[in-house]
Amino acid sequence: MSDEQTNADRAIADAPQRKPIKWLRYLPAKIASIPMILTAMVVFVGGSVWTIVHSFTKSRLLPKLDFVGLQQYERLWGTKRWLVSVENLAIFGICSLIFTLIIAFVLAAMLDRKIRFEDAFRTIFLYPFALSFIVTGLVWQWILNPDFGIQKIMQGVGWESFTFDPLNNPDIVIFGVLIAALWQGTGLIMCIMLAGMRGIDEDIWKATRVDGISTWKTYVVVIIPMMKPVFITSLVLIAAGIVKVYDLVVAQTSGGPGIASEVPAKYVYDKMFLSQNLGQGFAASTMMLVMVIIILVPYAYLQYGGRQRG
Amino acid sequence: MQEVSVSVRKLDLSFGAVTVLRQLDIDVHDGEFLVLLGSSGCGKSTLLNCIAGLLEASDGQIFIKGTNVTWAEPSERGIGMVFQSYALYPQMTVEGNLSFGLKNARVPKAEIKKRIDYAAQVLQIEPLLKRKPGALSGGQRQRVAIGRALVRDVDVFLFDEPLSNLDAKLRADLRVELKRLHNQLENTMIYVTHDQIEAMTLADRIAIMKSGAIQQLGSPDEIYNRPMNKYVADFIGSPAMNFLEGHLNKGVIQVGEHGFPMTGYEFVDGNATGDVWLGIRPEHILTGDGTTNAAFQTTVEVDIVEPTGADTLVLATLADAPFRVRMDGQARVRPGETLVIGINPAAASVFDKESEQRL
Amino acid sequence: MLEDGPRGAKPKKRFSRNNIILYGTLLLVAMYYILPLYVMIVTSLKGMPEVRLGNVFSPPVEVTFQPWVKAWAEACTGINCDGLSRGFWNSVRILVPSVLLSIAIASVNGYALANWRFKGSELFFNILIIGAFIPYQVMLYPIVILLREIGLYGSLWGLIMVHTIFGMPILTLLFRNYFASVPEELFKAARIDGAGFWGIFLRIMLPMSLPIFVVAIILQVTGIWNDFLLGVVYTKPDVYPMTVQLNNIVNSVQGVKEYNVNMAATLLTGLVPLIIYFASGKLFVRGIAAGAVKG
Repeated sequence: MSDEQTNADRAIADAPQRKPIKWLRYLPAKIASIPMILTAMVVFVGGSVWTIVHSFTKSRLLPKLDFVGLQQYERLWGTKRWLVSVENLAIFGICSLIFTLIIAFVLAAMLDRKIRFEDAFRTIFLYPFALSFIVTGLVWQWILNPDFGIQKIMQGVGWESFTFDPLNNPDIVIFGVLIAALWQGTGLIMCIMLAGMRGIDEDIWKATRVDGISTWKTYVVVIIPMMKPVFITSLVLIAAGIVKVYDLVVAQTSGGPGIASEVPAKYVYDKMFLSQNLGQGFAASTMMLVMVIIILVPYAYLQYGGRQRG
Repeated sequence: MQEVSVSVRKLDLSFGAVTVLRQLDIDVHDGEFLVLLGSSGCGKSTLLNCIAGLLEASDGQIFIKGTNVTWAEPSERGIGMVFQSYALYPQMTVEGNLSFGLKNARVPKAEIKKRIDYAAQVLQIEPLLKRKPGALSGGQRQRVAIGRALVRDVDVFLFDEPLSNLDAKLRADLRVELKRLHNQLENTMIYVTHDQIEAMTLADRIAIMKSGAIQQLGSPDEIYNRPMNKYVADFIGSPAMNFLEGHLNKGVIQVGEHGFPMTGYEFVDGNATGDVWLGIRPEHILTGDGTTNAAFQTTVEVDIVEPTGADTLVLATLADAPFRVRMDGQARVRPGETLVIGINPAAASVFDKESEQRL
Repeated sequence: MLEDGPRGAKPKKRFSRNNIILYGTLLLVAMYYILPLYVMIVTSLKGMPEVRLGNVFSPPVEVTFQPWVKAWAEACTGINCDGLSRGFWNSVRILVPSVLLSIAIASVNGYALANWRFKGSELFFNILIIGAFIPYQVMLYPIVILLREIGLYGSLWGLIMVHTIFGMPILTLLFRNYFASVPEELFKAARIDGAGFWGIFLRIMLPMSLPIFVVAIILQVTGIWNDFLLGVVYTKPDVYPMTVQLNNIVNSVQGVKEYNVNMAATLLTGLVPLIIYFASGKLFVRGIAAGAVKG
């Protein structure tokens, strides 16, 4: 109705009729994202698919596309070394999971008690995480050395018949690796749990004090259930690390004695680059992928399926 | 002489160099609803936590029902507590929350059931017993929190700002319920808040705290009508009390060119003289017909008018100082107009300028 | 006035049963953690005769730095006998470009994802994140072929590229989450002022995101320096990173094992990330926790 309005209308009508073409919009952002897109598609998707496809071939020294169906997998699951690897992974995995969670939780609960020197303790528990698995493997190999390590010390103290030589005992060598792995990995999980505990409403602690609940009972009955997300995250982290274990075994035991401490990751590398048997390597690595998927699917369901219901 | 339920003697609390509570003395009568009121940092929550046993004092003693509980654990003091965030155990049902402490104390099953049924009935949470806290509304959670204290079968209830997390309407509703609950149960209740409305409506007595000390302990009526110092006078009442600087001599306060004859005002010390603060609440200023019999009248110029529906708040100037007058919501006043006001000294408060104590 | 009886703070027994259990356990556990570090240091400072006579815990009677010198300058890997220093400098030469490249790319990507979402960007990002879970083994050989095609297989730059690629998922997530937490109003105000994609990134986002860059650097430096698998697959012996060379020196030696040299070498390899760890304190924890929170 006013002059202002007609002027405004005219201005809009006179504006240059130039709409940006859809794909030109945000062009700099798209160009900047090219590395990510390339990586995602070529390496992660492309690479994985390539490997999986070639696991059905007869490739030996060089990759070839002559398909042989499930032959590589049959061979794989008939190989003693592979079976030992998987068994080791299972034992190592379950023990690692249980012990890491328990140790990390207990340590975190102790540090949560507002003690003196908390920072110092935390620094000590976490520094192993900063080291390479090679370093960890080598130093624990030395500590468990029967001639100079723990066995010698105990014998020197007067316990003549003491034996502690896990790295030369095919039955328990995997536990020698476990000791080293726990040393390196518990610190991080402890920090995550401690952060989770600190995030709990302080009033809950007041309420349990007024109700007369003891400290450790509070941790077990009240705090742990409240930390469910933290436990799930920890579980996934530990599990992801377990499947990939390689450096530690290579350094500490080289898979020995014999093949007693072999793990799938080592099987893959050895077949692919040392034994010139690409097909087996592809099949084994595909199996590793399957293992990871088996871990992730329940996690994804827990995280996202629950949300849809709730 | 009323029986004393909770007694605090010479309580001192310091965190390092910071003194939070100073030589606090307070007696809470049996069955009374005592409110600890103050702004943040005044020490009200600290005092409550000391009484509960969640915080340790540096010196002093605490008695509950005659027993010295200074060193006793919270669960041994005969108290129940309701927290600002309710602190309900999220993974247990309401029933679980109520019974957790009792089960831990090895109370027999039948007794537990009896107490839960009683609490559920009093607080009307029977239909909620099987639900988890996550499925409850704010008001329901608050009632469960009270229930958890109720089943402990104790004499003293402690409330730490329990309504602060709720929206205004819910707060008003629950305030009424709390009052009803107190009437029904007749337990001693000590209640911490920064909200003066809650304090005035719920309390039998209010303790206004500032910097770790009690400024005044009295009934809402006393605190409102006879504040003992300027801080209390300023704290209570919304909109806040008007303060005029003047000089008191022989019963007359001279403020600028105005002389206020303080006839009818009850002086603590009748012979006081010197510089003073004269305090008058906006709602005690007379307008319209009421001004005719007032001991003091004058005309002021209206600066700003704030209509709130129920009232009309008028900001004017008196003796070069801003001055608020509360008038009826239907009053029609425009900025720039003049307004005749009257003041009755009996309703006023006079404070010494230096000490800020009531004269 | 105060009556007789308890007053003030309850007297606490310094050495109460609970305290003893608590601190005692913590100290014992701390010893389990410190032990290997102690053992490494102690062994590396002894001469071989002393090593053979004693055990892993016995402190050196005669301190010598010979093992360190030998490890650094004389240890043999294959035909080269110039010690770990070779691997050290290889690692450095791998580290610096990898860290710079991966962080540069990931930060820009994270920024783009947070503020300039376009059709399909979320999809690619999700693929990247899922990719972070895929075991490296599945992608090892295809990358070998790729690198061979462009002639970088076995060289430093090949490994640098690989580290950059595998670093992207976590870093991009890190940066995306960080930039998403920057208030949108800041971004909008900058656009109204006329700034574009790069302008906003370089002049507004970068200066205020120093902490997250430090975290990213710590994460990458630690991860790349400590890596073994990628190093051993994609390099030839004369460009082995320190970790690969270390394993070679210790585990491939025939004949007499020089434990003190081995421990010195091990300690040297762990020194760089350890120094970073002790220097960065809380930042390190934040970085690892951030990297640990995937998805």
